Amino acid sequence: MDVSGGHLLGDSVITTKIDAVINWGREASLWPFVFGTACCAIEFMATAASRYDISRFGAEVLRFSPRHADLLVVAGTVSYKQAPILKQIYDQMPEPKWVIAVGACASSGGFYDNYTTLQGIDEIVPVDIYVAGCPPRPEAILDAIIGIQKQLKKEPTLQLRSNLEFKGKLDG
Amino acid sequence: MDRAESMDRLLERFKKSFLSQMIGGTPLLMAHPDELREMIVYLKEKMGYPLLLDITAIDNLLSAHPPASRFEIVYLFRESEFGYVIGVKCPVSDAQEGVESIIDLYGAADWLEREVWDQYGIAFRGHPMLKRILNHEEFVGHPLRKDYEITKGQYCTKTQDLQDEMKPLLEARGLDEERDHLMILNLGPSHPASHGTIRTLVALDGEKIVAGAGEIGYLHRGFEKSCENHTYNQIIPYTDRLNYCSALMNNIAFAKTVEEMIGIELPERGVYIRVLLAELSRVIDHLVCLAAGLLDMGGQTNYWYLFNPRNDAYDFLSKLTGARLTNSYMRIGGMAYDLYEGWESDLDAVLGKVDKGVAESLQMIEHNRIFQDRLLGVSPVSAQKAIDFGFTGPNLRASGVPYDMRFAAPYYHYDTFDFDMVVGSVGDTYDRLMVRFEEILQSLKIIRQVIKRMPDGAVCVADHAVTLPPKSSVYTSIEGMMNQFKLIYEGVKVPKGEYYGAFEAANGELGFYIVSDGSGTPYKVKVRAPSFVHMAAYPKIIEGYQVGDAILTLGSLNIIAGEMDR
Ligand code: SF4
Repeated sequence: MDVSGGHLLGDSVITTKIDAVINWGREASLWPFVFGTACCAIEFMATAASRYDISRFGAEVLRFSPRHADLLVVAGTVSYKQAPILKQIYDQMPEPKWVIAVGACASSGGFYDNYTTLQGIDEIVPVDIYVAGCPPRPEAILDAIIGIQKQLKKEPTLQLRSNLEFKGKLDG
Repeated sequence: MDRAESMDRLLERFKKSFLSQMIGGTPLLMAHPDELREMIVYLKEKMGYPLLLDITAIDNLLSAHPPASRFEIVYLFRESEFGYVIGVKCPVSDAQEGVESIIDLYGAADWLEREVWDQYGIAFRGHPMLKRILNHEEFVGHPLRKDYEITKGQYCTKTQDLQDEMKPLLEARGLDEERDHLMILNLGPSHPASHGTIRTLVALDGEKIVAGAGEIGYLHRGFEKSCENHTYNQIIPYTDRLNYCSALMNNIAFAKTVEEMIGIELPERGVYIRVLLAELSRVIDHLVCLAAGLLDMGGQTNYWYLFNPRNDAYDFLSKLTGARLTNSYMRIGGMAYDLYEGWESDLDAVLGKVDKGVAESLQMIEHNRIFQDRLLGVSPVSAQKAIDFGFTGPNLRASGVPYDMRFAAPYYHYDTFDFDMVVGSVGDTYDRLMVRFEEILQSLKIIRQVIKRMPDGAVCVADHAVTLPPKSSVYTSIEGMMNQFKLIYEGVKVPKGEYYGAFEAANGELGFYIVSDGSGTPYKVKVRAPSFVHMAAYPKIIEGYQVGDAILTLGSLNIIAGEMDR
C-alpha cells in the first residue's frame, strides 16, 4: 500500500463524541502520584517493576509532584499526623483527578484501630476505588487502575469532577 | 576483673540500689533515684557499657501489686564485647519532675528520651529539645499511659515548621539565615527520595547542607499500645509490619523472645526452618535497600536486576505461607505448618536467581567510576560515633565494628555454620551499601548449608499449653478442645516478669522488651528498633555534604518507617 501521498484517510471526517476522544486519551495516560507510606507501598514498587509492569496499562509515568498527576494512589497507613499532608497533596492536584485507596489501612485503618491511625482516608479525601488486602497483591492494584479506566470512560469530560459535596474532616 | 567482681564493686559503691534479675538471668539494677545518673556514668566508664540500646518506661497503674511509684524508667545497655546486656530500672516519683537526661553520655539518648516523654509524659531534666516525637504537636495526653484509651484518636490540622529545632542549630554554628544567605529546604515527608514518611529540614549554603533536623512519627501506628490489647499470638501479624521488607524476621524475633520467656525450645527442624527463613528475609531486605538506593542515584537497571529475584523469593514465600509480604508464619512455640513438599528445588532456584541478580548488579557498579565517586567518603561515621549513636547491624559493621549477634551471642546454632562477618572500614555510604551486598552472599551460604542439614521431625513444641493441638484431637477429646479454647481465648500464658530478647535482624539489633503479668496478653512491649536510632543520627551525619549525597546516605542507612515509628 502506498501511503506516501498523505494520510490514509485523506480528507475524510470522523464524527464522534468529544467525551469519547478525550476519555480515550485519558484512559491510557493516567499519571499516578504514589502517596506510599508503608508496607503497601512496597507492593506498589513490585507493581511498577518489570514482572507486573504497570506500563502495560499506560500508567507508568509516576509523578512526584502532585501538580503533574491525576491519579492519587494512597498505599499504606495514614496516621492523624500524616492526614494534613495527604489533604494538601490532594488539593494540589489539578482536575480531573481520581483516588485509589490501596489496602486495608488506607481504606479503613485496617487492623490499626487505635489512637494514632486515621480510620480510612475517605475521612479526608474522596475515594474512587478501594482495594482490599493487607497488602493487596500487585494484580489487585492493577485491577484498581483498570477500574479507574473503566469508570472514567463513562464520565462527562467538560464537567468538574471534584465532588463538591464531599466534606472531609479537615475541610474548614 | 571479671563480670561478677565488677558488679560487686558497683553494688558496694551504690548502697541505696540493689541487684535484681530479669527472666533468664539478665542482670537488672534497681537504681535508687539519687544514684541513677551516677550509676549510668559508672556503667559506661568503669564497667564498659558503651552501647545504649533503649530507654523506656513502665506505667504500673494497672499492675496487680503496684510499687510505690506509678512510673518506672528502664534503660538497657550492651557491653563492649557485645555479648551481654544489662538493665537499669528506677522509680520515677513525679513524672513532671522526671529524671536527669543522659544525652551528654550517650548520643542515642536524644530521641529515646523524647519518645518516653511523648508516650509516657516523663520529663528529662537537661534535655535540650524535649518535645513530642511520634505523636503530633496537637496531641493531648500520653498514649502509653494505662489510663489513655486505645481508640481515642486526635485529629491533626497542621504540620510543624521545625523552626524551633533549626534556629538553635544555626545559632550553635554561628550562622544566620538572612545574613549568610542560607536556604531552608524541606525534604519530605512525601518526597520521592524520602523512602516513605521521613521528613528532614535542611539549611543549605549553596548545595551544601550546613544544618539538618529530622522529624518522624508519620507512620506511628501504635504498635506498642496494640500489643497491650492482644494475646501473644495475635501480636504476630503486627510484628510483620514493623520492618515490612523482612516481615518473617520480625515474626521470628518476637516468637523467639516470648519462647525464651516461657522457657521452651523448638524442635531442631523448627530451628532450622527459622534460620532458613531469617536469612532469606535478610537477603530480601538487603535487595530492596540496594535496589532503591541505586535507583536513587540513577542506576535504574540495578533496580530491575535486584527487584526481580526478590519477586522470585516472594513466590517461594507465598507458596509456603500464603502471603508475599506479610507472612505471619510464626507462632509462639513453632510455626503455622511445616515446609511443603518440593521446597528444596523451589528455594534452590530462587537462590540461583539472587546470585545472578547480585552478580549482574555488582558487575555494573563495582568498578564504576560514577558509583565510586558519588559514594566514597560520603557521610562517614567513625566506629566510636556509630556506637554513641546506637548503631547496630550493617550500618555499625560498615564503620568497622565487628558486632553481629550471630557471632557475639549465637542462637539457633549460628556458631556451627560456616560464614563470615562482613565488616567495612570507614563507614561511609559506600561501605554501608557494599556490606549489604556481601551479606547477601553470606546469607545465601548459610541457607545452602541449612538445606543440606535440614533434619526431619516436628516443627512445633508438643506442649499444648503453648501450641494448638491437632484438629483431630480438638474434635474428639475434651482435653484437646479445652487446650484449643484456652489458647484462642486467653492466649499463651507467659510467666510473670520482664525480659529483653534480641535478634540480629536485617537492619541491626531488633529487640523486644516485654513485661508480663502472667496472663496471655503482655502488660507492656517495647521494640528496640534499629531504624529509630539510625534515623536520629541521619541529620547529623549529612552535615557538610550535598543534598544529592544526603539522599544516597538515607538510602544506605535503610530506614524503614514501619520499624522506626512503630
Ligand atoms: S493494609 Fe496492611 S500491608 Fe497495607 S499498609 Fe496497612 S498494614 Fe501494611
